[in-house]
Amino acid sequence: MKVYASILKIRLLIGMQYRSAAWAGVATQFFWGFISIMVFKAFYEFAAVTPPISLKELITYIWLQQAFLAFIMLWFRDNELFDLITSGNIAYELCRPTDLYGFWYAKLLAQRLSSALLRCYPILILAFFLPKPYNLTLPPNVLTFILFVITLLLGLLLLVAISMFLYISVFITLSPMGSLLIFGVLGEFFAGLIIPVPLMPLWLQKIAYVLPFRWTADFPFRVYSGHITQSDAVIGVFIQLVYLLALLWLGKLALNSVLKRVVVQGG
Amino acid sequence: MNLYFKYLLILFKSQMQYRTSFWLLSIGQFFIPFSVFAGLYFLFERFGQIKGWDFFEVALCFAIIHMAFSLSECFARGFDTFSSLIIKGDFDRVLVRPRSTFLQVLGSKFEFTRIGRLAQSAIVLLWALNNLPIEWSLVKAVTLFFMITSGVLIFTGIYMLAATMCFWTVQGLEVANIFTDGGREMAQYPLNIYHKWVARFFTYVIPFGTVNYLPLLFILGKTNGNEVLYMLTPVLGSLFILPCFLVWQFGVRHYRSTGS
Repeated sequence: MKVYASILKIRLLIGMQYRSAAWAGVATQFFWGFISIMVFKAFYEFAAVTPPISLKELITYIWLQQAFLAFIMLWFRDNELFDLITSGNIAYELCRPTDLYGFWYAKLLAQRLSSALLRCYPILILAFFLPKPYNLTLPPNVLTFILFVITLLLGLLLLVAISMFLYISVFITLSPMGSLLIFGVLGEFFAGLIIPVPLMPLWLQKIAYVLPFRWTADFPFRVYSGHITQSDAVIGVFIQLVYLLALLWLGKLALNSVLKRVVVQGG
Repeated sequence: MNLYFKYLLILFKSQMQYRTSFWLLSIGQFFIPFSVFAGLYFLFERFGQIKGWDFFEVALCFAIIHMAFSLSECFARGFDTFSSLIIKGDFDRVLVRPRSTFLQVLGSKFEFTRIGRLAQSAIVLLWALNNLPIEWSLVKAVTLFFMITSGVLIFTGIYMLAATMCFWTVQGLEVANIFTDGGREMAQYPLNIYHKWVARFFTYVIPFGTVNYLPLLFILGKTNGNEVLYMLTPVLGSLFILPCFLVWQFGVRHYRSTGS
């Protein structure tokens, strides 16, 4: 466990180096958040029936989404790992005296964590001080906030577990583009990145609730705004844990089975 | 012009060498905007309309801007990936050749897989046009054509500006994405749903409004004014590329090789 913790720490420090890239990202995400809020605001203005999520909750949802984009984007990827697999340099990785799954997991986790740490503060702070109704509001009480932090972190762990499958699939397909697309498009749609899950039609919501993706993004954000009640949130935490353990176990199994068949050609 | 088509042909042939990969990527490109469009559809299913615009009107808007975007990504890819040309020092080679830098950079790369994205927006366009009660005339058809071409020119202009920045920064700048990806995302809805200052900025500074909002009003028959003026707005918008071109020339003169 200590090994993985130090990998995490080193990678975190490396990730924190890219400050200027982070600023560009902040600007883009801020703009993006603004645009989507204005679109939703226009939709809400003339809504005939009351939508299932209030505008205030929705705005909070969007700002959190932009601030923690690195926690929830499946597109966010490590090309180094893809290159390792396709070029055969994976042989070096296999020589290391650590378990490959844990090693990669720690690496990917650190990347997302460092990227989010650099970006989330400016966005959150700016969003707090925006004029109404565009501003981000505080959660209704302290307990909700604690629950939000727990669910967000569990969501992050879950997302990294999901993204591990992406890398594992490259062992079989040898080209990352296909799986990246499927994971990216479907995963982001069902995580509520394109339109928030409560605004989807009912039949689609049912699908989204079954899949693991929404537990990574949609769930913590709605906990924050109080759209999901505290008791439901506690149950949700357990569901997140079950998903996490199941996906970790499956991922390890899958990685071990592809590693058994891996063929490294000399060169 | 002849040279440009030769570049086009060579790069097309080289990309077709990997046929399966080409088709898979194209299909993938089809699905990215597809999920965005699905989101749009579901929003309209719930809300019915957005500030008086109904689904098919917005779909038309969406299709035009996505079409322009995919075409410009296909043909102006050379400017989009320009920073690699600078970093590797390959731009020196471009400078010694007796042809304009603009043409050579433009011809240095084409991304034909964007055909998937183009197909997606074409389908949406046809679907929207079929469901809109538009009284067609020659003027309107010409306007539609102008809208798409001038959209391509505006996106290309933004790519050029971003590429010009590379002369000073060497690294590519992500900030330009605000205006390309962000502009696309924003312009897929009619501009009047946004705040006034946003709408103004994107009409007078970066003229997306002249591409898809003002002429759209005319096509949908929502205007009561001079028709020719509305028809010509996309043409005015496409003038955006001229200053971009000048800035580019200015940048080329200030180029210093990285020497690698």
